[in-house]
Amino acid sequence: MAQLTMVKALNLALAEAMRENPNVLVLGQDVGLDEGVFRVTEGLLQEFGPDRCIDTPLAEAAIVGGGIGLAFTGFLPVCELQFDGFSFQAFHQVENHVRRFRNRTRGRYTCPLVIRMPYGGGIRAVEHHSEAPEATYAHLAGLKVVIPSGPRNARALLRAAILDPDPVIFFEPKAVYRAFREEVPDAPETMPIGKGVVARPGKDVTLIAYGAMLRVALDAAEELADEHDVDAEVLDLLSVSPLDGELINESVRRTGRAVVVHEAPRHCGVGAEIVARIVEGSLLYLEAPVKRVTGYDTIIPYFQNELTYLPDPARVVAAALETVRF
Amino acid sequence: MPREPVKLPNRVETLSILAADGRVDTDLEPALDPADLRRLYRTMLTCRRFDERALTLQRQGRLGTYGPSKGQEAASLGVAYALEKDDWLVPTFRETAGLLWRGWPVHTWLLYWGGFEAGNVPPDGVRDLPVSVPIASQCQYGMGLAWGCKLRGAGRVCATFCGDGGTSEGDFHEALNFAGVFNLPLVMVVQNNHWAISVPRSRQTASQTIAQKAIAYGMDGLQVDGNDILAMIVATREAVEKARTGGGPTLIEAVTYRLSMHTTADDPKKYRKDDEVKEWEPRDPLLRFRAYLQKKGLLDEPGEREIDAEIAAEIEQAVRQYEQYRQDPAEFVQYMYAELTPELQAQQAELRAYLERKHAPAPAPVS
Repeated sequence: MAQLTMVKALNLALAEAMRENPNVLVLGQDVGLDEGVFRVTEGLLQEFGPDRCIDTPLAEAAIVGGGIGLAFTGFLPVCELQFDGFSFQAFHQVENHVRRFRNRTRGRYTCPLVIRMPYGGGIRAVEHHSEAPEATYAHLAGLKVVIPSGPRNARALLRAAILDPDPVIFFEPKAVYRAFREEVPDAPETMPIGKGVVARPGKDVTLIAYGAMLRVALDAAEELADEHDVDAEVLDLLSVSPLDGELINESVRRTGRAVVVHEAPRHCGVGAEIVARIVEGSLLYLEAPVKRVTGYDTIIPYFQNELTYLPDPARVVAAALETVRF
Repeated sequence: MPREPVKLPNRVETLSILAADGRVDTDLEPALDPADLRRLYRTMLTCRRFDERALTLQRQGRLGTYGPSKGQEAASLGVAYALEKDDWLVPTFRETAGLLWRGWPVHTWLLYWGGFEAGNVPPDGVRDLPVSVPIASQCQYGMGLAWGCKLRGAGRVCATFCGDGGTSEGDFHEALNFAGVFNLPLVMVVQNNHWAISVPRSRQTASQTIAQKAIAYGMDGLQVDGNDILAMIVATREAVEKARTGGGPTLIEAVTYRLSMHTTADDPKKYRKDDEVKEWEPRDPLLRFRAYLQKKGLLDEPGEREIDAEIAAEIEQAVRQYEQYRQDPAEFVQYMYAELTPELQAQQAELRAYLERKHAPAPAPVS
């Protein structure tokens, strides 16, 4: 067992996969000598050489599009995009090709790529470095969209993403990268993509979160317990596509109340899909309207004001109390 | 510290071997197996006859929108001929002749234009990608295939196509840039047919040639008479050989002309002059190749009649097969993932139940 940050845990997952399978490649700008802008690819160039940890020119569409061709020759490319805000420069490759090849060739050609990128706000970064575009990607059939919340599940899910025969968009919450350490087992492990977990059991209200918002939801649950005698259950979705509707509905049927928390804007956000699943699956179990605590339907403010935008425990507590006192 | 022209290491040349009037540059003429020459002609003619048949089928409502290759058959055919079976070919939708050479049956093309995904599946053992519709986006995975070939080290190469319009897209430039930086075995072929739907080549780029764009990416550029099958074969062979032996990528500009419409959805009379088309008609690659074979004594009238009859039968058989093709209407859900997600399983079940109800026999009338 080692105590690792999420950055180190992701690095471990990459190194493990590259050791086990010579077809696993890492490509992106600055993944080599610079070891990635957040150092997730630390040591990979040294251990695996420049043909497997590949520093590319700066062109997101070519990193992803080139990855498609590499996959057709049997490689398993892990593409690193430097920030979520730049992923749109590769978006047409993802939309037009990465997600479609299996379908349009009836399984003859597939794109088992992993496209990794730092995700979300909270690190006082310059503009275009704090976006939360998961709903944009979750809307594209053919992709899987994964957002880990801590070091251990990040390592297990990245491994699962690399092993997955389909393309995975892998969002790494920047605010969690170095926020805390966690025990990570020595042996490689995987977690199933599309399955969430109960991060904190409870009986009065279900708080549904993922990524960096998991800790916000957990802190809110503590406050609800300590100060309001409300026992909140917290779900960590881990994937937003596929979405673990079963977990959500099972929990909401027990608690009768739900609050969805995400940092992305509210309109057409993942929260909207979660609420729809609850309405379809558990309407008659609900004791109160489902609440959403999210980013606003704006562009995320520059960092002097980003904490105003990002959900915090106080907003989650207030929303949970509204549902409990409804 | 004088001011001087920069000496650039790469070259841009033009190449033409078989002129429109039938003259051949015997110094450059490749020595090709007569049987291959006959087969090439047969493939080119199959493509032309297929084009004609597809246009008729479209007008009769038996096929969807169709994009003809008329006038551009030599460009893709020459490239396909110069590749080996294990090399890769990344086409757009105007590479029909090349894909026929590579083994794609006419039937599969009809399925594609007839609105079935099955039309994207190459025959077993054929290493071609299906057509790419978003312009020039295929340059990126074509480059990636070349990258994979290089990393595998087995001497394979990738030929990738786009059109003159495609050279305005970022993907074209990014792919060439990567190919140059990584010295990839890529043969990038631009079919410059002078028109991107209604926008002329002069509106796509201010550069004198498309081939010269190679220089900026550290590779050689070759502007080839794309209606000259011999020149296309020689140019591609040279580029393939260079790529195979570690010499890196080449940009080939195949200068050709779209004799027909962009697709059945536009009328070229609206945007280009008939005179221009008339100027290009005598430069038709098929006429030129036919004259060449006749001069060489490889094609006579009885031989032509025989080929015509064979092609007509092949196309009719393909049309029958296409029109008999049936698809499971719920199949489209099946291929989104290796394993269907729970949500898609539910949607598929919902769809199947709906289709069953929809197609259930009507209940007997009650009197």
